[in-house]
Amino acid sequence: MYDAGKIITGLILFLVLFTTPIWVNLASGTSAERPDIKLPVDEKQCVAATEYMKASHMDLIYEWRDQVVREELRAYHSLSGKEYEMSLTKTCLGCHSNKAEFCDRCHNYVAVSPYCWDCHTEPKEGI
Amino acid sequence: MSGIDRRNFIKIAGLTTIIGLSGKPLADAFASQPAQASAAEKEGHVGKRWALVIDPKKCLEKEGCRACIDACHRIHNVPQFDNRKDEIKWIWKEEYEKAFLDQENEFIEDSLKEKPVLVLCNHCDNPPCVRVCPTQATWKRQDGIVMMDWHRCIGCRYCVAACPYGSRSFNWRDPRPFIKEIDKDFPTRTRGVVEKCTFCNERLAKGLPLACVEACPEKAMAFGDLEDPESEVRQLLRNRFAIRRKPYLGTQPVVFYLV
Ligand code: SF4
Ligand code: SF4
Repeated sequence: MYDAGKIITGLILFLVLFTTPIWVNLASGTSAERPDIKLPVDEKQCVAATEYMKASHMDLIYEWRDQVVREELRAYHSLSGKEYEMSLTKTCLGCHSNKAEFCDRCHNYVAVSPYCWDCHTEPKEGI
Repeated sequence: MSGIDRRNFIKIAGLTTIIGLSGKPLADAFASQPAQASAAEKEGHVGKRWALVIDPKKCLEKEGCRACIDACHRIHNVPQFDNRKDEIKWIWKEEYEKAFLDQENEFIEDSLKEKPVLVLCNHCDNPPCVRVCPTQATWKRQDGIVMMDWHRCIGCRYCVAACPYGSRSFNWRDPRPFIKEIDKDFPTRTRGVVEKCTFCNERLAKGLPLACVEACPEKAMAFGDLEDPESEVRQLLRNRFAIRRKPYLGTQPVVFYLV
């Protein structure tokens, strides 16, 4: 192989440069800042367990959507035995009334932009 | 409303199996139990076949009255465009001749002919819009409401072409800036989605009357269950003659006009 030395050095250099962000973060001992979300003050209990909601709230919301629109079912019975109306704007946003400090902070962090808000209105910010 | 939900269906199916397997003594024991009412029957307004009866003579008693149109469009966040090209309508007034193209009776009462007719989606019993929709974004519920799921509409506009009554509007533009005041209890739509009247199903679920029926100062509209012989709509249809739009197409509208 011609110029093996140059190619290998080049490759190593490339890999090091390419992964710099990881090394810098490791060296400085910090990780990306977690989103600082504001939880509702008055309400302590959600429609489902926090861990489940963190990971799967979108599945729950999709299920609610289909039940209300397509199955004509509107009441949700949580494991804690409480009955809720299956409504994004009334139930979810009823407690999490500040979309910008709750929904948006996390969604921005993970770089997703759900299109719920194209049609459903958030409580405070208006349109 | 769907008469029976999955849970009740399974319960009843199970019960029937037990009765079938265990013969007469058990069957007798169960026979005294009243049939379980479905969840839908316990709450709110329930009917099997919704219909709307409009009395055009009472409607438009007051010239230029728009009470029903305004009420409907306000609570459903229907945008207001100034040009006809972008227009979105759920309920509106149409010239008599256009609404009843096929009315061959040229000597029908002049008072009717001169007035515009209130029109909306006919919630056809045999809806062509449903047949053409490739995504089932529009479908017919068991209670006859031709319903829309805006989450699913891909904006292909097949339904717009299929509806013989022009009851469907397509959002060519983002409707939000054209809604005077957004009612937060109801979603808006987005560009690229079709919309139309959904017989206030969200209000029926709470036992409330249709917004247009409620808003009409002349009580020119009656809404009710065609399956119930005692309902107001059945009584009106029994005692008065009623016409429907384009009956020859076989779409079977459930919006009736008294003449
Ligand atoms: S009037 Fe048009 S939109 Fe309404 S059910 Fe009939 S075909 Fe469908
Ligand atoms: S425009 Fe939407 S509702 Fe109409 S046929 Fe296409 S997907 Fe169905």
